[in-house]
Amino acid sequence: MTYAVRTSGPASPMLFERVPPLWWAIALVLIAMPLFASNFVLFQIFGWTFILGMIGLSLMFLAGYGGMVSLIQMTVAALAGYMVAILGTSGVPAISLGWPWWLHIPVAILVAALFGTLVGALAVRTEGIYTIMITLAIASAFFYFTRQNYGLFNGYTGFNNVLPPQLFGIDWRQPAPFYYLTLACATLAYAAVVYVARSPFGLALQGVRDNPRRMGALGFSVTAHRILAYTFASVIAAFGGILLVWQSAQVSPGTAGIPQVIDILVIAVVGGIKRPVGPFIGALIYVLLRVFSPDVLLAVGLSGERFKLLIGFGFLVIVFFSPDGVLGLWEKFKARRAQSRDPLRGDRP
Amino acid sequence: MQSLYKRHPVWSVILLVLIAGFLWLIFAPWPPGLEQVMGRKRIFLNAILSGITLGALYFLVASGFTLVFGLMRNVNLAHGSLYLLGGYIGYEVANTTGYWLLAFPVVFILVGALGLLLQHQVFRRMEGEELRQTLVTIGISVVLADIMLWIWGGQSYQVLSPDWLSGPMTLPLISSLRSNGEAVYLTYPQVRIVILCVAILIGLAMWLVLNRSKLGMLIRAGVDDRDMLAASGVRIQVVFLGVFAFGAGMAGMAGIIGGTFQSLSPGEDTRFLLASLVVVIVGGMGSIPGAALGAVIIGLAEQIGIVYAPTYSVVFTFLIMAVVLAFRPQGLLGAGR
Repeated sequence: MTYAVRTSGPASPMLFERVPPLWWAIALVLIAMPLFASNFVLFQIFGWTFILGMIGLSLMFLAGYGGMVSLIQMTVAALAGYMVAILGTSGVPAISLGWPWWLHIPVAILVAALFGTLVGALAVRTEGIYTIMITLAIASAFFYFTRQNYGLFNGYTGFNNVLPPQLFGIDWRQPAPFYYLTLACATLAYAAVVYVARSPFGLALQGVRDNPRRMGALGFSVTAHRILAYTFASVIAAFGGILLVWQSAQVSPGTAGIPQVIDILVIAVVGGIKRPVGPFIGALIYVLLRVFSPDVLLAVGLSGERFKLLIGFGFLVIVFFSPDGVLGLWEKFKARRAQSRDPLRGDRP
Repeated sequence: MQSLYKRHPVWSVILLVLIAGFLWLIFAPWPPGLEQVMGRKRIFLNAILSGITLGALYFLVASGFTLVFGLMRNVNLAHGSLYLLGGYIGYEVANTTGYWLLAFPVVFILVGALGLLLQHQVFRRMEGEELRQTLVTIGISVVLADIMLWIWGGQSYQVLSPDWLSGPMTLPLISSLRSNGEAVYLTYPQVRIVILCVAILIGLAMWLVLNRSKLGMLIRAGVDDRDMLAASGVRIQVVFLGVFAFGAGMAGMAGIIGGTFQSLSPGEDTRFLLASLVVVIVGGMGSIPGAALGAVIIGLAEQIGIVYAPTYSVVFTFLIMAVVLAFRPQGLLGAGR
């Protein structure tokens, strides 16, 4: 872990140089996007990509650094969205409390983080496949509960008309402001994950992932690290959930239905679960498929409803051949290209 | 039993009193005071019976799941899809030929063959990689669910039970007393009682095969130590194939039964996958008696919850799971890991 050693002094390269040029190019394109992209692309494609990417990122953090594949992230996100609808304003005034934004957003994130921590405390009692099953079971319990509970969650219909607050005189649901809002949140979440992964806590977490016994013997509390990882991931998922609810302006049990819960796993795995950028790539692929696959399917003569088949098939192929997702495929490709020419003789082995 | 009493004298007495009270609730006519508190006895009995029959169905689905997991450590999250597929095929067979019973062998063979294919082509390639198995089977279940939606559409189907099974049946349980002291006996759909009996028979047969036959010995040895069994000359992959096909076939047949006394529609696959997950988590992974116990507990909790606290019935199931996890992470009858 060379990056754990903080280099200092004049010898260390400047921030500008340390970041590869490709990243600067991507950042520039992303910032300049509203200049040339249509509103649909800004709001529907990139807004959605960043939101799903954030929720996928929270799963990636748990799975990649903590070794815990949790299917609860979408539920945590939906709970945060529900809290915004219940505590803030929505189209159901009988339930919504109408708190101001500076109160209901932090409380919503707090509640979601608390819920995620509780689920985490339960889930870390188990390992591997059991974690998946337990979080899946809790996620579906949440789905059925919200569908049946009318007093708090307004049952089957949920809440509509959940809008972001009008801050600084800007309507944040307009495509360009919403695009920048999601971009900023996604960047912050990404930076937070990268930072935490290199912090002492993140390094200890990765140690716990690789060898819990040894970490325990070294005096680290394995359980506490795992639960704290859930808390951190829940906060990211909660931000994503609030943005998701603002984007679609509604929240209902279907927001965190079982297919949606699975979709987050698909996104994180297809993108690549080893690196924080993976979920965003996965989310972009997912959103593009979701938006354009009906057209593609219609073009080849199939019904547009079969996009699930396409997504499922793509997912199946990727996990079957490359457990590390698209990023893993890319790395394999790079490794093969590097390998294919002998650097000394210049011929193929 | 005696050792249980010796180890936990207080708990076993409490358990005995609870069981006795429960039996009294079922068999004795209720005094009017109790009926005021708990509602009519008929409702209570119906909830208990539907809980047990639902538990029987859950057991049929979950036993295959738990057997496959216990023996091969294979995580088959496409199990619910096998259930639903079996139900649909059973519906087609029963509808075209008119023989309800014929559906069972046909579905067992077809879904079992699909199970063979899964084990041979998918699970054998990723033995021991639990996460990958999970992801691949999730992918398979998504694909299967959409193909089934494509073929059978979004409406719900019900497999019609044959004439000799339909209609009510009088049970020797007193539901209430008439004013002249005459006892009214409970009537209950015959098909459910038959299904309950069949599930108990299948459970007993599985237990007998597992514990009293040579094949069962092989399987149990495989559960305990797979490598040792392979080293002693058993062609373990063949055993694996057989067990997986059996588990898949069981799930398919459970689909017919579920389609007979409930209905088949998209979404039932995840419902039954989750039910089997919860059942095996509560009962203990890899244990057939555990699956039976967990299935009855979850079925009862669900049905009693629906009758007495409709909004929170799902939460009961979940609470039971959480409590079991908190105090006995390996499940009620699971072996310690």
